[in-house]
This record gives sequence, C-alpha cells and structure tokens, in this order.
Amino acid sequence: MKAVVNRIIPFSSVDGPGNRTAIFLQGCNINCKYCHNPETRGLCIGCGSCVEQCPVGALSRTAEGRIRYDASKCVQCDTCIHVCPHDSSPRTWEMSPEEAYEKVKRQIPFIRGITVSGGECMLQPDFLLELFRLAGKDGLTTMIDSNGTIPFWEFPELLSVTDGVMLDIKAFGAKEHQRITEASNDTVLKNAVYLAEQSKLYEVRCVIVPDLYDAEQSIRDMGKFLAPYLKIREFRIKIIAYRPMGVREAYSHYRIPGREYLDSLADILREYGFRDIVMI
Amino acid sequence: MERVNETREKILEIIKSPSLTHEQKVTNLAGQADSLMEVLDLPEGLDELLNAPGEAQCICDLSEGHAPMRPRYIVPDYEKFMKEGSCFLQLAPPTDLYEALDHLLILYKHVPSVTNYPVFVGHLDRLLEPFIDTVEEAQAKKLLKMFMTHIDRTVLDSFSHANIGPAPTKAGRLLLEVEAELENAVPNLTLKYEEGVTDDAFMLKAIDCALHSAKPSFANHAMFRSELTEDYVIASCYNGLPLGGGSYTLCRLILGNIAKRSSGIQDFEENQLPYVMDIMARYMDERIRFEVEESGFFENNFLAKEGLIHRDRFTAMFGLVGLADCVNLLLEKEGKSGRFGHDENANDLGVEIMEIIQKFNDAHVNPYCEVTGGHFLLHAQVGLAEDQNVTPGTRIPIGEEPEELIDQLLVLSRFHKYFPSGTGDIFSIDLTVHKNPEYVLDIIKGAFKKDLRYLSFYSSDSDVIRVTGYLVKRSEMEKLDQGLAVLQDTTALGLGASKNGHILERKVR
Repeated sequence: MKAVVNRIIPFSSVDGPGNRTAIFLQGCNINCKYCHNPETRGLCIGCGSCVEQCPVGALSRTAEGRIRYDASKCVQCDTCIHVCPHDSSPRTWEMSPEEAYEKVKRQIPFIRGITVSGGECMLQPDFLLELFRLAGKDGLTTMIDSNGTIPFWEFPELLSVTDGVMLDIKAFGAKEHQRITEASNDTVLKNAVYLAEQSKLYEVRCVIVPDLYDAEQSIRDMGKFLAPYLKIREFRIKIIAYRPMGVREAYSHYRIPGREYLDSLADILREYGFRDIVMI
Repeated sequence: MERVNETREKILEIIKSPSLTHEQKVTNLAGQADSLMEVLDLPEGLDELLNAPGEAQCICDLSEGHAPMRPRYIVPDYEKFMKEGSCFLQLAPPTDLYEALDHLLILYKHVPSVTNYPVFVGHLDRLLEPFIDTVEEAQAKKLLKMFMTHIDRTVLDSFSHANIGPAPTKAGRLLLEVEAELENAVPNLTLKYEEGVTDDAFMLKAIDCALHSAKPSFANHAMFRSELTEDYVIASCYNGLPLGGGSYTLCRLILGNIAKRSSGIQDFEENQLPYVMDIMARYMDERIRFEVEESGFFENNFLAKEGLIHRDRFTAMFGLVGLADCVNLLLEKEGKSGRFGHDENANDLGVEIMEIIQKFNDAHVNPYCEVTGGHFLLHAQVGLAEDQNVTPGTRIPIGEEPEELIDQLLVLSRFHKYFPSGTGDIFSIDLTVHKNPEYVLDIIKGAFKKDLRYLSFYSSDSDVIRVTGYLVKRSEMEKLDQGLAVLQDTTALGLGASKNGHILERKVR
C-alpha cells in the first residue's frame, strides 16, 4: 500500500499541538477557490508538460511514461507546479507507511506527534491507519487535518489510533459551501458532530474570505450549531484570514480581512461559549 | 615614550568622545592606564600569537588588560548575603521584600568584574521566594518591576545574568510576568530546566516571556549539574561557573586563524593547534598566578573576607571561536569538499578537533583551579563586535544554517557537550509560534535529551534581540548608529556585531 506524498515538513508549529512533523498527501476531492496549495490537488498523469519547462533539467520522463524528479538539481523555482495543467506536482514521492515513518523518526525526540494533511488525506485511510500505528508505538500523537467530506464514522479503527482531527468548515450554509468548494457540506457537518461526540474533534478551521461568502453569518450559525458539544470536550476554533500566497491567479484577488473584522468574529464565538479561539 | 604618547592620544580621544557616557569613558580610561603596565611573565612566542593584527592573531584575551586586578567573572553567594547581611556594607539580613530588593541593589554596586558591573545578579527566585509573601501580590509585582528596571538602568552592561529554576516558584512566576512586560535588555536571564522538576505551565510562561523579551534562555540543568554539581550558575553570556567563585580569566583560540598557519589537517592537529594551545594555557596560568599571588584581591576584597566568594571556587575558561571557519579552511587546503554544519565529513572533523582540545585541557593542570579538578573549563566564546569572518564558538555561520531546524539541532548535539563553562545557540522564531508556545517547549525537551546544553529564542519581530549571547534593543542600536549616546555598553557591541556578524540575518524558524 502506497500513498503519494507531496511534502514532509519536519518541524511544524501550525499543524496541531506542540511541535509536529506534518505529512502532506497528494490528491483532493473538492476544489476550494482559495486553496493555498493547489499543486496538491491532482494526481500526476505523466503528461510531461513540466519536463521541458524546468530551467535546470531536474525533471525527465521514464520509459514507463512517468516523471522522474531529481531533488539534487531542483532550485525550488516552482515553475513545474505553475505550468501543470492538472493542479499537480512532479515533486512527489510514492511511499509506503513504513517509508514515510522513516522520515518521521529522525525528528524524535523533538516532536510530540505527527499530523497528516493534504490534499485530502482521508482519501487514503488505509495508509493513515498503518502510519498511525507505527507512530503510536513510539509514543507519538496522531492528528488528521481534513476537509470533512469523507465520513469518519466509516473508519472506527482509524479513529481509534487517531488523537484528534482538525476539521475545515469552509462555510456553514450549504449553498455557500457549494460555491466555495464545488461540494456539499452535509458530511462535513455530520463529521463535526460525530467527531465531537467521540471526543476526537481537536480544532475547527474557518478560512475567512469576506468577498466570497458571508463569513459573519457563517460563523454565527456554526457557533450556535457546535456550542452544545463543547461540554463533551473543549475544542479550538481557528479563524484563518485569507491570504493570496500560493492561491491560483484567478482567485488571488480577494480582499484580506482586517484584524478588527476577525476580532468581531471571535467575539461572536465567545458569546456562544467558545474560549479557545486562535486567529492567524 | 612613543607608547606613552600614543596612549595619551587615545586618552584624549576617549575624553572628547561624543558617543560615550561618563561611565563608559571611565572604563575606557582605566583600560588605557592598565595597558601601560608590564607585570606578567609572558610565555615566549605569545606576542606573535596575541598581538598580531587581523588574520594572524591566534589568541585573544578579550580586553582583560595587562595587570588583572580582579577575576574576570565573579559569582557571589547572594544566598549567604541574604541570610547574614554584610559587615562591610553595614547591612543586617533583610526581613521583607522591600529590604531584600534594596539590599541586592546595594550589593550589585560593589561586585566587580571585567566589565565593572556584576556578571551575575543571583538566583532571583530562590533569593526572593522567602520574602515574596511579605507583601500583597500586586505590590510584589510592582516592586519587582522597579527592581528589574533599576538593574536595567544602572547595571549598564548586558553581560549580567540572573537565574531562575529549575523548580517553579511564585517569585519565579512573577519575575517572568514582569520581564515579559518590561522588554528590557538587562539583566540576561536563564531558566535552568529539568524535565520532571520544571513543570510545563512554568515553562510555557517562560517561553511566552522569551517571545516578548528574548529571555529567559534555557539551560540543561541535568547536564550542568553532572559537571559542576548543584552549586553552579549561568553568568555573563551563558557561562556555567561555580557559585561563590567564578572565573579568573577567559582567553580564546581563534581556530580559523590557526588553520591559516597550517599546511593541512595533519599539520594543524599535530603541530599548530598544540603549539598555540600550550602558549595560551601558560598565558592563562600566569594571569591566574598574578591575580592569586600578587593582586591582593582575595586578601582584601570584602566579598572574599565575608565569605561571599572563595578563592578555591574559582576556575578559568579555555575558550575558542571559529570551529566552522577552521574546518572549512582545512578541508579546502586538503582539496576536499564539505562544509561545517552540512556535510558529515566536515562535522566529523569538527568533533575530531574538539576531542584534541578536550584532551589537551584534561592534561593541563593549574594549581588554583581546584574546584574543577585542577583543569580549566572549555568555553565556546560568542565573539567580539569587531570580529570579522569569525564564527562564534562551534556555531554554524549565520546565513549557512541548514534549511531545516532538525538538521541544525542534530549537528549542534555533537558539540554542546564539550563546554561546561558555556556554549549556546540562538533561534529566531516566527511570529505564529506565539499561538503555539508548546512548539518551543517540545524543541527544548528534545534538545536536552540529545545533549544540547543551552538554547535561546526570540521572536523575529522583537525589539529586544539576542546578539551572540547578550541582549540589546534594535531601537537603541539605531540611536547609536545615528551618533547618539546610549545607556548600555553592549549596545555598541551589538551594533558592531550586526554590521560584522550579520546577527540580524539569522534564519527564522
């Protein structure tokens, strides 16, 4: 069993509690307009568009028609991901859970756990299960960062080796979610409830893009919806200001929300009893 | 006579300087007077190594002068002072927080060192905890605020250090809260950390303070204790020294320049390095002999007379800089590839050189360093403002740090263990970490498990920043750069280091 890994960040301060190694899997099932790492969305089909455009010859085609990436030549100019017509990247690695975990081990004892993100990592639950079992043996905690469109209740075994989930709620309203992501949020909200009830909801993340949807209304509705579950186990709400870095050109024109606006959203959540609110 | 005239010119320059404060002038004038003295019996060959200009200089005595009249670093036993008061200062033991703080401020004005200011101001939490409940908490906090500000404005040198920890205390907690608010450069502050003794809540408070004011730094208590016993302190930059004693002297090997004298690795290891180490050790022996046998300091200073310091608790620091420069140059001379901090062969050569230095030090005996088994302690010196192309201690040069922090930490873990009298690394931390201080906590815990000794962090947007070991304010450096006089001596050193040592360009983690 292998997964396509886009990137492993040895030390991450923004992917869950403490210092963690963050693993980003390739491939996503929705299409958020403001996606900050659109090159993780698609799987490489070997079309080769990137090969000739690489200015340092770090890419080549194999006899089987796949793209070979030579990391030692790469200068991180990102040309390949900008020219890719499939929102993918040639700079990825196919790894088994054991191979991925080898890359994690080097960080012990400096990390307290791992977080798997994407793309959408829940598209590869078997990989997660194996990886988390390995991490658990060394006492590392395990977190999933998910867009919530895959039903967690179908993976009780995976959840039993998962310490917490960081769940995106991109918009509370069904239509708005559809507009932002081209997908329904039915499962997302059911997941939020399910995970909260299982004491596995660590954090809910909301990217604030005032030009794209009514964030204030969305935060208000979400606060009301989730507040009853705070008493099971407190969870964090992370309010993330939209930033254009990494966003595809067609969607990089949205206004960046100001501090005052973010504060007003946090105030709404406080009214509902949320105490752990982080704004970035 | 030529030398006298030269000195006179320098004296006049100091007197007329527009950017030196009165205190800075007095210190510099004393240095000029001292420079005319010739009382030490210097080892043959020293002059060429010590006084050669620029790239030929292989030994540096860090402005200790020609006639050492007191030990370089003095670490009084402030706890004894708090219990017994002082006859000389006509002070009875304090009975409440007001008196405790006032007594300490009085004593600080009488603790000499190479900077003329105390390089150690005490284990403040231990000293103050017995008095902390003699007033209301709000009052205690206000008093601590005034106390810390008093130190910042009168101990005019950042090579001054307070310690707290390892156990959490109310006094320690209040000090951290006060320091986070004040954002002062002086004194430097170290939290002695030991997992299981220092709890996480106390550590998170300390990390929050560090992200605001670039302090405290964190010392690996278990490691220091195993080498120096429980009775040690962190003084000056980050120097581990015996409590109630200190260090007679600190000289440093400029390893990069010693490498320049060498034809290759073998010549360096077998001839040049041993030659320079031998001369430096004998020079230190002679400085110590003068301090102990001739200066009269230990017979006459009230700190010694009243038992706040003991001659037999002093040691000396055998320092070095530029391991990275040395390794890179030697590999180049051998026609081999590899950079220190990046390539295994270069790091291995660094370890090999450290082993030679340690072996030399272990074999050299000084009769007045009883407290450390008759030997000096190795010290990774942080550099001087005027150093150009000299990398501090065993650090990886700024601008060449490995892309990933984990790779940097794994290199450092091979070198910190050699230096009981101090080494350390500094990390500039990204703003987002303010939301996740546990990130820093995890790195510290892991680092100390991996034999790292001493770590400092500051937020990449902080006004107070750590230069090489000491702290300065960016805003004060800017003033000085415009030709205005500033309060603290170390601001000038920071400005020099920011121009010559690129300290503002540290990789943000």
